[in-house]
Amino acid sequence: MSEIADKVKKIVVEHLGVEESKVTPEASFIDDLGADSLDTVELVMAFEEAFSVEIPEDAAEKIATVKDAIDYIEKQKAA
Amino acid sequence: MSDGASKAPATGTLMKGKRGLVMGVANDRSIAWGIANAVAAQGGELAFTYQGEALGKRVRPLAERVGSSLVLPCDVSDDAAMDEAFARIEEEWGTLDFLVHAIGWADKQFLRGRYVDTPRDAFLTALDISCYSFTAVARRAARLMTNGGSMLTLSYLGAEKVMPHYNVMGVAKAALEASVRYMAADLGRDGIRVNGISAGPIMTLAANGIGDFRYILKWNQYNAPMERNVALEEVGGAGLYMLSDLSGGVTGEIHHVDCGYNIVGMKNPTAPDISVAGD
Repeated sequence: MSEIADKVKKIVVEHLGVEESKVTPEASFIDDLGADSLDTVELVMAFEEAFSVEIPEDAAEKIATVKDAIDYIEKQKAA
Repeated sequence: MSDGASKAPATGTLMKGKRGLVMGVANDRSIAWGIANAVAAQGGELAFTYQGEALGKRVRPLAERVGSSLVLPCDVSDDAAMDEAFARIEEEWGTLDFLVHAIGWADKQFLRGRYVDTPRDAFLTALDISCYSFTAVARRAARLMTNGGSMLTLSYLGAEKVMPHYNVMGVAKAALEASVRYMAADLGRDGIRVNGISAGPIMTLAANGIGDFRYILKWNQYNAPMERNVALEEVGGAGLYMLSDLSGGVTGEIHHVDCGYNIVGMKNPTAPDISVAGD
């Protein structure tokens, strides 16, 4: 697992207070991890801060799963 | 050079023996939370209200952190709900010494594009929640401020000058600032002060709904006299001043806590050119 994936997972576990084992790449924040709509905004803000990236609203709206977040951040970091 | 972000607020006894209500904390990035934290560190006793359970579950652990167990639901668009919340506070405390109103809302669909296109219902809701709610809670709070008190609301420069995308919120904040002055005049003889803080942009949950907010943050950072953005803790400190007896002779004031941005008339010549999409 990449360093980014690891850190994303950690932020999700911490913010949503869920078991680490539940935070699989396919896990949906809302459907599988019990996030509400404010959680998804807070998570995006936490990712932005932790990785010093900007996630504009239209991109944030497409981040539904753990993998979506990891992919987006990895792409930003590679650019 | 200080970046303003000293994490722990100064401890002391400035607010010892004072009890106050903080309305509008959403999470630990909320400006209201910055103020609550500063007041609690000076011995103030706090109650909180929230709108809806999604916010309630966020406020309760924060309230716990500052030793508050009085956390009440309060929908400021509902007079009966407000009466109920203030009845609970009266029952628990009897009197109130300060009030923090940190509530605003507009449909974010209208926080981009042209203000002139704002429909009537969006306008009325924004003005109701963002402006009238302060008047409505101030009236109820004043009744409990039998020993005088201090009321504080939050505004933004968009009330005075045109800010991109702020639109109907700018109009609502202008009305809010005017209501600060009218209420200061109404309540002054009762020893109740009414003030506002016009904070520079801070990335809060609410700010997240404003179009191109990151661009606004960057612009302020480059062009404010202090060449940085204001920290939550600094707004907390200014809030503490406004709520404490340190500001005993101050009422009807809108106090800018924005690293000086409001005095600037033009782009800082040394600031880089930035665009909305890039940088």
